[in-house]
Amino acid sequence: QMTTKHQYQWHIIICLLFLVCELNHSVTSVFPESSLLIMLGFILGGIVWGADKAQTFKLIPTNFFYYLLPQIILDASYCMPNKLFFSNLGAILIHAIIGTCWNAGTVGIALWACYEGGAMGNLNIGPLQFLLFGALISAVDPVAVIAVFEEVHVNEVLYILVFGESLLNDGVTVVLYNVFDAFVSLGGPKINAAEIIKGIVSFFVVAFGGSFLGVVFAILISMLTRITKNVQVIEAGFIIVLGYLSYLTAEMLSLSAILSITFCGVCCQKYINANMDEKSVTTLRYTLKVMANGSETMIFVFLGVSAIDKNIWVWNTGFILLTIFFVVIFRFIGVFFLNWILNQSRLIPIDITDQFVMAYGGLRGAVAYGLAALLDEKKIPEKNLMLGTTLIVVYFTVILQGITMKPLVQWLKVKKATHSDLTLNGKMNNRAFEHILTAMEDICGRMGDNWWTRHWNYFEDKYVCWLLLKSDARKHKDPIFGAFHKLNLEDATKYVTEGERKGSLDFIRNYDSASVDFKKKLALEYGDITPYITGIDNVPVTSVMKNPIPSVSLDIHEQDRKSLPDKLSAHHLLDQHLYKSRRDNRPTYSRSHYNTSENPDEMQEIFQRTMRSRLESFKSAKMGVNPAKKLSKHPKKDSTHKPNGKPADPHRTHPYGDEDFEFSADSASSSEIAGHFHRRSTNTPGAGVDNPAFIPEMDTSPPMRNPPWQTETGNNTAVAPSQRAQGRLPWTSTNLRHLALLRMSTRSTDSFVMADASLDEEAPEEKPGTHHTRL
Amino acid sequence: MGSTSSTLLKIPNVEVLMQETGFSPAHMIRLHDRFKLRCLFPQDFGAIKELAMNPIGDRIIGAFFCPGKETVDFHTFVKILAHFRPVDKNRPKEPNSPEPINSRSNKLRFAFQLYDQDKDGKISRDELLKVLQAMLGMQVTEEQLESIADRTIQEADLDRDDAISFEEFRKVSPEILHSRCFIKV
Repeated sequence: QMTTKHQYQWHIIICLLFLVCELNHSVTSVFPESSLLIMLGFILGGIVWGADKAQTFKLIPTNFFYYLLPQIILDASYCMPNKLFFSNLGAILIHAIIGTCWNAGTVGIALWACYEGGAMGNLNIGPLQFLLFGALISAVDPVAVIAVFEEVHVNEVLYILVFGESLLNDGVTVVLYNVFDAFVSLGGPKINAAEIIKGIVSFFVVAFGGSFLGVVFAILISMLTRITKNVQVIEAGFIIVLGYLSYLTAEMLSLSAILSITFCGVCCQKYINANMDEKSVTTLRYTLKVMANGSETMIFVFLGVSAIDKNIWVWNTGFILLTIFFVVIFRFIGVFFLNWILNQSRLIPIDITDQFVMAYGGLRGAVAYGLAALLDEKKIPEKNLMLGTTLIVVYFTVILQGITMKPLVQWLKVKKATHSDLTLNGKMNNRAFEHILTAMEDICGRMGDNWWTRHWNYFEDKYVCWLLLKSDARKHKDPIFGAFHKLNLEDATKYVTEGERKGSLDFIRNYDSASVDFKKKLALEYGDITPYITGIDNVPVTSVMKNPIPSVSLDIHEQDRKSLPDKLSAHHLLDQHLYKSRRDNRPTYSRSHYNTSENPDEMQEIFQRTMRSRLESFKSAKMGVNPAKKLSKHPKKDSTHKPNGKPADPHRTHPYGDEDFEFSADSASSSEIAGHFHRRSTNTPGAGVDNPAFIPEMDTSPPMRNPPWQTETGNNTAVAPSQRAQGRLPWTSTNLRHLALLRMSTRSTDSFVMADASLDEEAPEEKPGTHHTRL
Repeated sequence: MGSTSSTLLKIPNVEVLMQETGFSPAHMIRLHDRFKLRCLFPQDFGAIKELAMNPIGDRIIGAFFCPGKETVDFHTFVKILAHFRPVDKNRPKEPNSPEPINSRSNKLRFAFQLYDQDKDGKISRDELLKVLQAMLGMQVTEEQLESIADRTIQEADLDRDDAISFEEFRKVSPEILHSRCFIKV
């Protein structure tokens, strides 16, 4: 008699065997891991069966639902790409809810029809039981989907649609299962409209209640990570425990536990990643992965083991074959139909090949088996038949469809996940296109997709982040900063490996910011060991390894010199300094509306530049190009604003005659900007005053510049002097940043002003002030 | 809806436009409303405050105005916006029909023309510098800008003429761009 201990020992041996197989890629490239595991499970089951003549080592539903499933879901939802998920949420929900109901209903009814038609011989079964069976077999299983799709790298949208559906359909499955289970208990005649309505209501309660509970736990977790600074070592533990708690709580309240833990993971990931230290984040990620992988392995092995059990094999060819047939057919019909409906309103329609893979990827797995095992034999005499059939369907989908998935995807030329290594050109172009698209949207005046995301981001900014993020996390919310930081770390590692490969680390350019810091730090540490620290022009060589080789002097060629740090610094610079566009926000956090409190400096800079160039183009258009003058620029922006009031220097004037522009003066539209652009006092006819924007000590004046539309129409014509920026030097590489002071002229009665002033008068009538309204 | 068709008729050459650009009647009406029955001057674009916040906003505005013309008419307006219409994958590929305006190639050409201000068909180092400067914050120093520009040209420039031609530009642009590059009109 094999004791439980021995059984578990065998189980662990099987898992180790599996790991060995993992290392051999030729095997795993053909067979997905899941199918291998199931087969190993067969072997293990055979061993146990051989020892005990009875299958004592089964997958008990309780174990499955409480100890094996939650961590897989938590891991999946924590690593879920939120952007994609929420932007495709509509499609996912439609597939999850309507698709699952469709599958359940059609499979149940079709099987019943065939039974009535005599295809299955004699069974002690009724239509309600068929429906119940249909409900439990209809659920696409997240575990199986993860297992199969992770080998095949399909494009992200397809993956998220299938995977999202598999996660969210739990709400429906649980409800359908419970409802039909209750109906079976009640018996046929007692079912009336009231019961059906109760069923529908229970769906809403279960699904939304579960999700809501998940969100509550997500909030709890995020708030918890705000204060766990001193116990970083066990932060990851807290999160796992709380995640599991959300699962159990939902289970206890008869809500959808999978939905609860899914939304918990999905909603908290951003905030806990921001709040926690990097090491904790890494710990959490890896812990979850280990637990999830372990559970997945065990689940599949158990699925294999459970097959070797004489009791469950009530063989009914008709039932089994028809089930498989209907499951597949109705899945395909359902998917194609729903996608056709969705494509009517989707911006990016789903390809036919993608749809095919979606339908083919409707894998059933352990959840179906667990639900079947939970059936009550007294109520449902044919439980074993159903259990056996469920297992066969699971094997069919996981093994057969799993193995054929990869070749199918290749044959259909499904678009794969894109992992492009962005070049500088690519980065620049991407950003340029974002700006272009933002501009086009503004010109068209449409909110488009951005409406929801803008409002959510606004809401999130104001309330959510205050509640859930630590104060210093709030400052660094920008994902670009996070990406930049990651890039820096990667590059630093590359730098070290590259240097060590060449025999030593060399400092290449002093004024390369990356290496400057590096050098400073190392210079301190190894100051006494480094005999060669040369100047800028030579190739400086310093050995910085722990066992220094002082006499190594590497002659790095020009090309090598340029390649690595150039690449690093160029990428850094682009990442760090490219202006963000409003579009840079899809549903995840980023700046969306230009609430200038977010990045006032950037907005000011852009605005100034635009105004300056517009002025210049007007000037040059009307007056001919003026003699070039030099401007100086203060590199840093002081973020303190001068309070409302007059500029300190009464002679200070503004470089562009804002008042001369005939841009409309919609004062109502600029509440957002109001906070940062104060009313300026009237211009004084200063004489030859330096351009205040470009003088260091006056750098508080830029915030005071009013956007032209904020000044009232009346003032424009009243202000006499026009201050004109003289033409600017063309920006050649030599004097890009070293521009000297600008001389201002005070001639106020130039034709430019006159022309503008006259146009200005017409302006208010012409423009009915719709610029700021969206159509 | 009666009003729809009558509004549609007010737009000159609307059939031709719809054919060329692929916009639907509803889109045309919306765009026309936005266009507000008059030719747009640069000032009108300037009045859209968000464009002032766009680092390359002025260049984009400039793209609407053909060289020498002071105004934009509806025809040009729609044609430019058509670049960013969502791609319709079901469009039959007639062999002799001209490339649709919202093809990847045309979108890239639009961007190329934004960079190439002197319209010589190449993006020179100076032009690239100007664009980079427009898009990068002021903390970037001159030398850093130069090194980025140099490296960018180096990546793209295949024929070693120290400038990026349209072909090179096209080759180096990532494929990702095309599928997400549209607006909902």
